[in-house]
Amino acid sequence: MSSSNNPVAKIKRPLGLSLFATELSVMFRRRRTYAMLGAVALIPIFLAIAVRLSSQVLAPGEGPPFLDRVTQNGLFVGFTAMIVGIPLFLPLTIAVVSGDTIAGEAGQGTLRYLLTAPVGRARLLLVKYAGAATFVFAATLTLMISGALIGAALFPVGPVTLLSGDVISVPESLLRALLVAVYVSISLLGLSAVGLFISTLTDVPVGAMAAIVTVSTVSQILDILPQLSVIHPWLLSHNWLGFVSLLRQPMDLSSFGANVLVQLGYIAVFGSLAYSRFTTKDILS
Amino acid sequence: MNELAQESLAIETRSLTKQFGSHKAVNSIDLVVPTGAVFGFLGPNGSGKTTTIRMLLGLISATSGEVRVLGQTMPQNLNSVLPRVGALVEGPAFYGYLSGEANLIRLDSADQFASAKDRIERVRAALERVGLSHAAKKKVHAYSLGMKQRLGIANALLQPRDLLILDEPTNGLDPQGTREVRNLVRSLASTGTTIFVSSHLLAEIEQLCSHVAVMSAGQIVAQGKIEDLRKEGETRIRVSTPDLDAASAVLVTLGLEPIKTMDAQLRQQIVAPLHDSKLEADKIVAALVKAKVRVSGFAVEEPSLEDRFVSLTGEGFDVVQ
Repeated sequence: MSSSNNPVAKIKRPLGLSLFATELSVMFRRRRTYAMLGAVALIPIFLAIAVRLSSQVLAPGEGPPFLDRVTQNGLFVGFTAMIVGIPLFLPLTIAVVSGDTIAGEAGQGTLRYLLTAPVGRARLLLVKYAGAATFVFAATLTLMISGALIGAALFPVGPVTLLSGDVISVPESLLRALLVAVYVSISLLGLSAVGLFISTLTDVPVGAMAAIVTVSTVSQILDILPQLSVIHPWLLSHNWLGFVSLLRQPMDLSSFGANVLVQLGYIAVFGSLAYSRFTTKDILS
Repeated sequence: MNELAQESLAIETRSLTKQFGSHKAVNSIDLVVPTGAVFGFLGPNGSGKTTTIRMLLGLISATSGEVRVLGQTMPQNLNSVLPRVGALVEGPAFYGYLSGEANLIRLDSADQFASAKDRIERVRAALERVGLSHAAKKKVHAYSLGMKQRLGIANALLQPRDLLILDEPTNGLDPQGTREVRNLVRSLASTGTTIFVSSHLLAEIEQLCSHVAVMSAGQIVAQGKIEDLRKEGETRIRVSTPDLDAASAVLVTLGLEPIKTMDAQLRQQIVAPLHDSKLEADKIVAALVKAKVRVSGFAVEEPSLEDRFVSLTGEGFDVVQ
């Protein structure tokens, strides 16, 4: 009997938009998710308060990039916070979310009910990845918005002097801030794909999360070893801080392009690995 | 096997085997579940029931052998079979921080064949069916185990199904909840839905099912209509008496093999299988009385499934609730 003459056969709805909607609601109705977004928002807040309360005047170039400019222009709070957040904190939140994708469902047992619905394993992977990617954008935008707000609250706001010495208006600097958030989000999409793959390997989400943080850390360590310079351009984290080039006039988009290519490569490789692993996996959870 | 015969079986497996490392969790089983049956899948914990169910649903792949569900091979036809199958596998599992209703909406939207238009109505109808309407908006982590179990059954009822696979559906339920589930299963069966229900509790299966398969250590040791299996047991007599030794001696002279045992109130009794002996009960009682054995109770017991299953699956089988 084929499904075409089966009276109960139904039309397949492959897009999965309503599944994606529930994926977002499962993620964002979870206390952990907004706790992490809250923590991300605290990075620029702490940073701005520390700078505001400190009487010490930083010499140009002292501390993290742009830190010395924060007191002159509050719009730099977001950029500085991004630089502070990229090496550890943002990857940590990405690890939690992407490590939880499959392993979290497996760990709590809902995976078997999704699969017998039937969700379609490839479709579930896609929706899970889309959900993790949404979180990445939410996290970087949260950081930027929080940075802009606290910067405006504590420091003067005015036209921004770029690294190249050019001055751009406040609206344009907000646009650049948005671009930086997009850049950093794209930077973290490769890590999310690695996370998705690792998440298909285990039923223990915490294990997956730890492994993803390890991958992110190892990538950054390899990136500072000069002996390995030949592989540097291919490292997951190589272009993470490249968004600084977006703060020049005219904008230098070469780093943006290289970043997109590297991240797409990671998405392709680890997406395929996740697919081949997950579609053949015995679900025993 | 022709087309017609295949269609009249809801589930059919041939030499189905699942091996984990060197351990054969399921060892070459041939399940035959007729369409419309309430089929009990009985066996002690760890006998391979859940592993079999996972293979039926395409959650795990078989090491060897074939599976047909609703006439189609699995897991190749998973997408056309599973929308017609409702399942409860190894206990309920939900997102604790979502409400019962939100959980069902989530699982229904996971079904790539389910219509979004009537989703909320179907979810509410399923909740109503298992008596959870009042708790629809409550978060699942505030649910009792029994409520979670019922929500799991509601999930299996989101669509009209041709087959329900319920793994230990009354686990963790209080007697009232157990009865509710039993009634629910009966009412579903009366609409023609085939029901495949696993349990380690004989009483459960005995009250619900028309057919049964008994698993033990990865193999099916008996399968068929429940009354046919019952007939395979042995008739035996049960004697209540204070004179145990004297009674035993009399029974031995009649060619029986008496066993001393206790009843539910821990009173000493004697049980003896009749085997093929054509002894009539009145003759046995007469012999006992003649030997001045004080008989306070005497019963001829028809073969019970319990004895049959204990003999099939060995000791340690959890037959009492």
